[in-house]
Amino acid sequence: MVVSYVMQRRDFVVAAGSGSLAALAGCTGGNDDANQARILDETLTLTTTTSTYDTGLLDEVNGAFEDRYGVAVEAVAQGTGAALETGRSGDSDVVMVHARSLEDEFTRDGYGVNRRDVMFNDFVVVGPEDDHAGIDGVEEVTGAFQAIAETESTFISRGDNSGTHAKELAIWDEAGVEPGGEWYREAGTGMGEVLNQANQTPGYALADRGTYLSQRSELDISIRVEGPIEGGSELLANPYGIVAVNPGVHENVNYDLAMSYIGFITSREGQEIIENYTVEGEQLFFPEAVSEDPNFQQYVPEDWTPDED
Amino acid sequence: MIETVSLLATFFDAPTLLPSFVDFPFERNYVESIVYVSLYVSLTAVVLSTLFSLPVAMAVGFSDFPGKGLVVALINTGMGLPSVVVGLAVLFVVSNQGPLGEFDLVFTKEAMILSQFVLAAPVITGVSLAAVTSIEEGVRDAAYAMGGTRVDVALVTVKEARYGIITGVLAGLGRAISEVGSVLIVGGNIAGADGTSVTRTLTTAIQLEARQGRFETAMLLGGILLALVLLVNGLVLRLGGGRV
Repeated sequence: MVVSYVMQRRDFVVAAGSGSLAALAGCTGGNDDANQARILDETLTLTTTTSTYDTGLLDEVNGAFEDRYGVAVEAVAQGTGAALETGRSGDSDVVMVHARSLEDEFTRDGYGVNRRDVMFNDFVVVGPEDDHAGIDGVEEVTGAFQAIAETESTFISRGDNSGTHAKELAIWDEAGVEPGGEWYREAGTGMGEVLNQANQTPGYALADRGTYLSQRSELDISIRVEGPIEGGSELLANPYGIVAVNPGVHENVNYDLAMSYIGFITSREGQEIIENYTVEGEQLFFPEAVSEDPNFQQYVPEDWTPDED
Repeated sequence: MIETVSLLATFFDAPTLLPSFVDFPFERNYVESIVYVSLYVSLTAVVLSTLFSLPVAMAVGFSDFPGKGLVVALINTGMGLPSVVVGLAVLFVVSNQGPLGEFDLVFTKEAMILSQFVLAAPVITGVSLAAVTSIEEGVRDAAYAMGGTRVDVALVTVKEARYGIITGVLAGLGRAISEVGSVLIVGGNIAGADGTSVTRTLTTAIQLEARQGRFETAMLLGGILLALVLLVNGLVLRLGGGRV
């Protein structure tokens, strides 16, 4: 079995190799068909958040990108903090995350260039049906967090320096609560796992709507506080940005492919893929890159002014 | 043996036998490429570890030198190295900023082989060392007495210690193929958009599926992992037992 499998694999590799040779021959033979153009043997490393990966969106986008450019995209799903850190060490070419403050720090430190807004969705607070903390229908998420803390209801935190974790800490801060104690559990893991834990425990958690929706069929917990997409708290907005790793700092990075990727995902075609991506009939992400009236703030760190050093 | 092989072949050829494959994202190609990556990485790592470990075990086992106890203690400690720590260390080495940065190894199978080599080598060395040192002095003396060269004596010892050495190699393989910490860190658990695994192994795939709440798929992959380990163990024991 093992041997025969390896043999099949080899046959496949040989076939693929001769196929690409044929394609190459076609190119050198003066074939002008744009679809035949291939950047051979190039890969683009994208570090990103678990939420874009676990929802399945990236497979859609990357598949289309690979068809267009013939470049394999290697997507590494990490938390926002880890994804940026990998970019800092020059081990990825492009980073797509969802924590503006961390992205800005990355850019200000010189590691990232050409940042663009890509899409947004929102966060929701999920919890068990019996709603121990009584937060159903609470308008402001800060009020809901205060109620969770006061009733000491179990809350599962990501605890992994991810974009969602950063957002959660910002909400606690806004609510004027210092979370801690038996009821506050730091899972130190990805969104999907935290939802599973909140489901099993049961407890409350802050989740991005995309991951929650893509996993909803497996879960008994449901949305207790809505985000801005359903008219809830603005504080729960969840914008995604993409930024290329600066080739001036890391000369090994594949900058031109990174920019091709950024170009593709912010193009009309890329944005349509995002718009049309649904799980169980629900749209998970809302494109925001194509605009007649671009938001200049997306290119530079927020609050940046030309007078800065 | 043949039955097992054909059974496994049917297993892969007949997705209808596996109802849980229905809601599986990429089905056959996904599973096959993951199995391939797992086997490729772990078997390569174990072969390299064995080539490295056996001479080391022989050298340490057959000689006396000051600090030998310390070396043995270090090898035995290495058997318990936490895989995440090894992953982290290898990541620093292969990262763009590390000493091997120019080779661009991070998030590749080669980096995963390197970290599994580090994990498996102490296990194979340690168990083989115990096996060769347990061979009676008399056997080696006899080999010398019959006019054997150092190489002959070493071969005789390996032959006598073969079961212990095979156990060591199998333990090393078990360690390599079942660990998740280091391959996740240095490999990045990458699969292409069409579901073809690049650096996704059975263990990291199980971790991913469990994270997404797809426990059935995770269990299925776990079953495949167990079956593979069983198969390789059976094969090696059969070869080891049948040859002499």
